[in-house]
Amino acid sequence: MSEHDTHHDVSKHIRGYLIVFGALLVGTVLTVWASHFHFGREGSNVGNIVVALIIALTKAFLVAGYFMHLISEKKLIYSVLAFTGFFFAGLMFLTIWSMHPSSIIHFK
Amino acid sequence: MQHTHDDKHHAHAHDEHAHHELGFWAKYVFSTDHKVIGIQYAITALIFLFFGFSLMMLMRWQLAYPGQGIPFVGSLLHNLLGDAAPAKLNDAGQVVGYIMSADLYNAFGAMHGTIMVFLGIVPLAFAAFGNFVVPLQIGAPDMTFPRINMASYQCFVVGGVIMLVSFFIPGGAAAAGWTSYSPLATLGSSHGQTFWLIGMVFLITSSLLGAVNFIATIIQLRAPGMNWMRLPFFVWAQFVTAFLLLLAFPPLEAAAVMQLMDKVAHTSFFLPTGLVVSQQIANISGGGSPLLWQHLFWFLGHPEVYVLILPAMGIVCEVIANNTRKPIWGYKSLVYSTLAIGFLSFIVWAHHMYLTGMGTKISTFFQTTTMIISIPSVIILTCFFISLWGGSIRFNTPMLFCLSFLPMFGIGGLTGLPLGFNYSDLFLHDTYYVIAHFHYIVAPGTIFALFAGIYYWYPKATGRHMSEFWGKVHFWLSLLFMNLIFQPMFVQGMAGLNRRLYDGGATYAGVANPAGGVVVGVPQFFLDLNKMISHAAWALALAQIPFIINFFWSIKKGRKVDSDNPWQATTLEWQTPTPPPHGNFPVVPNVYRGPYEYSVPGHDTDFTPQNEPDRVAPKITQPLPK
Amino acid sequence: MEIPYTVKPRPDTGLYNAKVGIWLFLASEVMLFGALFSSYILLRVGAAAGTWPHGLLNVNLGTINTIVLITSSITVVMAWVSLKLNQWGKFKMYQAVTLLCALAFLGIKSAEYKDKFTHFQIIKKDGTYVDGHMHGAAYLDKDGKSLEVHKYHGLTFKENGSEYSLKEVTLNGIGAEELGQINEPKHGEHHEHKNISVPAAEIKKIENYGPWHSTYLAIYFTLTGLHALHVIGGALVIFVLWARGGKMWRTDPERYTNRIEISGLFWHFVDLVWIFLFPVLYLL
Repeated sequence: MSEHDTHHDVSKHIRGYLIVFGALLVGTVLTVWASHFHFGREGSNVGNIVVALIIALTKAFLVAGYFMHLISEKKLIYSVLAFTGFFFAGLMFLTIWSMHPSSIIHFK
Repeated sequence: MQHTHDDKHHAHAHDEHAHHELGFWAKYVFSTDHKVIGIQYAITALIFLFFGFSLMMLMRWQLAYPGQGIPFVGSLLHNLLGDAAPAKLNDAGQVVGYIMSADLYNAFGAMHGTIMVFLGIVPLAFAAFGNFVVPLQIGAPDMTFPRINMASYQCFVVGGVIMLVSFFIPGGAAAAGWTSYSPLATLGSSHGQTFWLIGMVFLITSSLLGAVNFIATIIQLRAPGMNWMRLPFFVWAQFVTAFLLLLAFPPLEAAAVMQLMDKVAHTSFFLPTGLVVSQQIANISGGGSPLLWQHLFWFLGHPEVYVLILPAMGIVCEVIANNTRKPIWGYKSLVYSTLAIGFLSFIVWAHHMYLTGMGTKISTFFQTTTMIISIPSVIILTCFFISLWGGSIRFNTPMLFCLSFLPMFGIGGLTGLPLGFNYSDLFLHDTYYVIAHFHYIVAPGTIFALFAGIYYWYPKATGRHMSEFWGKVHFWLSLLFMNLIFQPMFVQGMAGLNRRLYDGGATYAGVANPAGGVVVGVPQFFLDLNKMISHAAWALALAQIPFIINFFWSIKKGRKVDSDNPWQATTLEWQTPTPPPHGNFPVVPNVYRGPYEYSVPGHDTDFTPQNEPDRVAPKITQPLPK
Repeated sequence: MEIPYTVKPRPDTGLYNAKVGIWLFLASEVMLFGALFSSYILLRVGAAAGTWPHGLLNVNLGTINTIVLITSSITVVMAWVSLKLNQWGKFKMYQAVTLLCALAFLGIKSAEYKDKFTHFQIIKKDGTYVDGHMHGAAYLDKDGKSLEVHKYHGLTFKENGSEYSLKEVTLNGIGAEELGQINEPKHGEHHEHKNISVPAAEIKKIENYGPWHSTYLAIYFTLTGLHALHVIGGALVIFVLWARGGKMWRTDPERYTNRIEISGLFWHFVDLVWIFLFPVLYLL
């Protein structure tokens, strides 16, 4: 059972869910529209990557935070996810750093 | 299990109102009871361990007597595997024996590693002991998800069967090492590697389901009063192990899927552009990276070795506390060290890849984390050593195995240090030194701890003791032969003998420089050690016979226990009926104290069970369930 | 024997068992897809400059699929809300929409896959290449009899006891004039598609855009394929709970609502993965 114990609590959240739904649709349209432009330095697509990731992370935060109720979840779940996030970051960055050191520009 | 049949009737009398009597299949085969599943895992894993050991014994023949007909089982191998074990002909063209081909040696080598690690040790140390003991030790009626528990065992069996079946398909089993590096693993038309990959997917699924179960159970089903810092160290060890499995296995699963795609769908995830196979450019898209496989494999591979050792350390802690009749020294240090090991184990993996051409900054990073992770391991071992000081030591069989674990694991751990530094690893990588290092940790390390666990918890599962005499015979012989096998391998490795050589290194035998000076290659003395090592390995196999006989004979004929708590232990699994009924505790226990309250001053016994009330009013931190 | 905290939360953690379980499982799934995303980055960074394909995927279909999944995410939440508000009928309706969205997603994905498998690239011996969808192929048997087929059967194939070898392939697409050489492709705007026939003798290599074509397509098929398997799995669970849930709803509504919450969490994770998959594979 989650923290939504009463009818009224749950009903109050419905509007929030719908707002998130709207925001997700806007985000989708935005990211497709943004892909038509070039951001950042000429010849490098880092700018586009950053823009796309920001939009994706925002959408992910909305889905995870509100649809999955993470925003009001218990500390235990947060700690599990925090460790997971750390290890995922380790896997990604250490592997890239090992194989393509020059692609991580600040470690030249 | 037959031996508990009488007792199970007894136990069911308590539970009759809860459910009707289960049939044979529901009770022993499709059981959702964690104790039955634990025993299922144990028996299956022991069979796989025996099988993996047999593979190695055959390999050791080839290393000691290269090219000679295999005695006793040569013709059987030939009948089963065809020309993988081809006939050896004398000058007259008659068959004088069957030898091991190079391909078969490689297949046996790859499968020995795979079977011992994934079908033997992990299921035995984590799933078998964990399933049987953890819910009992935390005062729970079962695991949180009993049906998922059963599913995880079934996945394990399916994965194991797939691995075994792979020996008999045309082309034989996977033969690219347990590490399955691409492109070697992907080449060739045989399907052994494909079977290996599919088998691994099942085994990984089994471990993931088990890990979820263990973690959820330990978090949610601790009995009232069982705070985190009152948990037996064995439970902490299993908890961290479960997290390692949960988070480290999925990248290997992803990699296995990708390698499967390379093999079956002709993708090039791990195949580089311009790959030449059999003097022809391979018909692949290229663009892949063999190093990517290595990173993904070792991302699991390193936490995996802590999966192999942590449950063993947990068992050692329980047995030492019990047989020294005093609390473990440094419980908090043990717990924090275990958490640190768990965390750090995720960021050391590339020390298996020092020779792949990483830059110095990166290998320095991994060296540093590798050195740091050795500290908590030393702390754990030190706590165990100090725990012996001033103890009233009972030298029974489980204790003997645990006492020897300490120096054996010490040797294994310390010999890892030259491997952790990339400048010394340069000379030792892929030599027999590495084999010696990790076998010292897993063989006279983990396996000894697992033997200790079997001798220790056997009376709780069966109501009878295993024979002490034969246990000691088993112990002394195993200790002797383990050292005779692996000690020489250190010097072989330092002399330059590479691993995975099917002729035992004969091709690289030392040749004296005609102009005088040093011998180039591996000196013959070190190659000759292969004979002694092989004989010791076969002797080790013989030394397991008393154990196997003891294990089965004692089910019916072992000395009966004098109480539910024959070792006079403090932890909760000993405060249940023997064997524990479905649901474990007739009444939910309340926990009042820590796990190792031995020889507490003022008490009339030298042990105080965790659920024994205080003489003053107890402080229960959780409300009792309704 | 009752296992505690299956429905009511444990006081000190505030969670019921299945919630702990599903979040742990989702953590492992983060590592699974995370490893694949890391592989994507590695393969892309490691690719030679200019060799990473662009524009191979249909952005419109991808956008529609994104909207479909987002819609299914809100309906899955509203289904759970309906149960909390004791509205069984609304729950059934919302979950039905969720399942329809799942089917729509899988349908569109199948169409995309099929499009890739019928899209071919022929590299000719003179270095030029032709790129288009399979229009047809002509085969000859050993007597010289011709056989026209719509599907490509490889350079040779056997049927009804006769062995056929390829005579000519016709693709509906663009040819050498617009595309140039395979080593120095011309980049340009959208070209008009026409039928181009290539005799077998001029073909150096013919391959469709399956996972074997390039590492980009390999990781595309693997990532979206694994994702699709998760869509199927999640939809199956939601379907079984939806179709057979009436009994548990009547006898143990709280436990049933928890199950719907858990299946919803898994479904949201599937949507989360797609939120990253779409821009990474389709847009960047």
